[in-house]
Amino acid sequence: MNYIVDDNGFYGKFGGAYVPEMLYPNVEELRQNYLKIIYKPEFQKELQALLKDYVGRPTPLYFAKRLSERYNTKIYLKREDLNHTGAHKINNTMGQILLAKRLGKKRIIAETGAGQHGVATATVCALMGLECIVYMGEVDIERQAPNVARMKMLGASVVPATSGSKTLKDATNEAIRDWINNPEDTYYIIGSVVGPHPYPDMVARFQAVISEEMMAQLQEQTGRDYPDYVVACVGGGSNAAGAFYHYLDRPEVKLVAVEAAGLGIESGESAATSVLGKEGIIHGSRTLLMQTEDGQVVEPYSISAGLDYPGVGPLHAHLHQSGRAVFESITDDEALKAVLELTRLEGIIPALESAHALAALDRIGAKPEDVVVVNLSGRGDKDLATYLKRFHFDEE
Amino acid sequence: MKNRLQELFAEKQQEGLLSVYFTAGYPNLNDTESIILELEKNGVDLIEVGMPFSDPLADGPTIQQSSEVAIRNGMTIPLLFEQLRNIREKTQIPLVLMGYLNPVMQYGVERFCQKCKEVGIDGIILPDLPLADYVREFKSIFEENNLSKVFLITPQTPEQRIREIDSHTNGFVYMVSSASTTGSTNGKAVANTDYFQRVAQMGIQNPAMIGFGIHNRDTFVQACNHARGAIIGSAFIKALGQERSLQQNIQSFIHSLRN
Repeated sequence: MNYIVDDNGFYGKFGGAYVPEMLYPNVEELRQNYLKIIYKPEFQKELQALLKDYVGRPTPLYFAKRLSERYNTKIYLKREDLNHTGAHKINNTMGQILLAKRLGKKRIIAETGAGQHGVATATVCALMGLECIVYMGEVDIERQAPNVARMKMLGASVVPATSGSKTLKDATNEAIRDWINNPEDTYYIIGSVVGPHPYPDMVARFQAVISEEMMAQLQEQTGRDYPDYVVACVGGGSNAAGAFYHYLDRPEVKLVAVEAAGLGIESGESAATSVLGKEGIIHGSRTLLMQTEDGQVVEPYSISAGLDYPGVGPLHAHLHQSGRAVFESITDDEALKAVLELTRLEGIIPALESAHALAALDRIGAKPEDVVVVNLSGRGDKDLATYLKRFHFDEE
Repeated sequence: MKNRLQELFAEKQQEGLLSVYFTAGYPNLNDTESIILELEKNGVDLIEVGMPFSDPLADGPTIQQSSEVAIRNGMTIPLLFEQLRNIREKTQIPLVLMGYLNPVMQYGVERFCQKCKEVGIDGIILPDLPLADYVREFKSIFEENNLSKVFLITPQTPEQRIREIDSHTNGFVYMVSSASTTGSTNGKAVANTDYFQRVAQMGIQNPAMIGFGIHNRDTFVQACNHARGAIIGSAFIKALGQERSLQQNIQSFIHSLRN
């Protein structure tokens, strides 16, 4: 079975480019050029140097001893939280900004949920001296205030998306509309493995550095270049795509994708697309999405802004349907419990998104001798206000 | 056999055709038939009935909001077909359904096309259905049901692709006036005369209609100078939101365009 995108932009029956004609030339320009440009030696040389000296790669693979004792297995954390800007998102924005420059684009737009992709985009725009506009749902602007401040400090304009649920889906709609209105000078940096082909494949390739490093680090630390399990959270699914990438065709590695159940799968307040979604079109891609019987997109819910998305990237829809990956869903409360557990056992405060992956550790059935890698996609600084409130530290 | 849309373009040789778009279910759930009949009475040449979608990517704020209201009112594709069940007993004006692919996919494309034929729909516009997918999967179904598939072109569409689109179209080519979502009133809509002339000189087989940003008599007349006619959507929806009766709102808006 092949898990890499085919020539038409599909993973099995998922993917494609369902865009209005206004976006066709832009998407087509990217499709024809992205592989040619990003695998040029001079492009790779510039990207690798920036990832090393600016982003701080390779990120450590850390054996979490106390967490391992707690779950009676061998747990390693891939420390994407230690990247510059605090999450894996910059792996992708650094790649795409170099591509945008080579395509001669002057104006950069992006959507953001938790604000991590917005910050990562604003950061590379500051670095390259390009104009940056970030669309962010009004609800998310409120719950992720520190990241809004960082984007503004970096010189980006943060534009509130006020339609629908005022979260990531709506921010993505607004970014796409901006692109329709500015087709010639503008480059759209999508932050996840979603959107029309070639975005899902391109973003996965830029994030694949995560599993590439894991292979070398596991070889060194365990004598084997693969783990028994890779566990990662999935909203759109970019950190999971990167953590899974080099293991997709190695069936000895079990892939675990963890979605946000919100208040519970049956509660009507959830973002667990693999359970609640069915096949359809969202943001230019044929994939699984949460929708009504009439095909209207359903407003999702999760405490985690980065997982609060009604769809999932087409690669993940394919991994789900083919059974290559196991999908778990974690509620708000379970994720919060995992936040405090990692903080107290290992001295690491994780992002709410990453905590969903951690919370799945007691579900995967790992044996004491198994090697489990959890992709710790981001740090929790942006979530401190939520943590203070939910853990009642603000009352002390 | 020609459908009503093809007959319109074949028989009515005069320029200045007026097509009006409205969102089904807006302002009220059961206005669909009244709006169609009133538009016809006021001399509109063809009507695009919008099927509301929660995430209309190509639309500006006006159609986004009318779609939101329509969905909240309870509009669905099955209900729309129910409302249109007897429409052909009352009018022969060409009717085109316009919307996004996902709701149509959930209803089932084949079932959708059959139902369109049954109630007397003449054409379909689905901006996010890619040309290649249409040709590969759906073209034969559309043709079996005598439905015209209308595709969009934009100022950025290369000549070769315009010819390809033209070859798979059998109604009209929808010329998006400028790089824009629907409903912009910044005047860019009729400024790109180079583009209009370039397409006019290509000698494509289908008639062209210009839409997006056409919002008053001035922009309507200018658009008509470059194509067989023009399409008005957002400006009409705004007019429907005025305080007077539906009939008065429609009458005074169409009157303001044509007289």
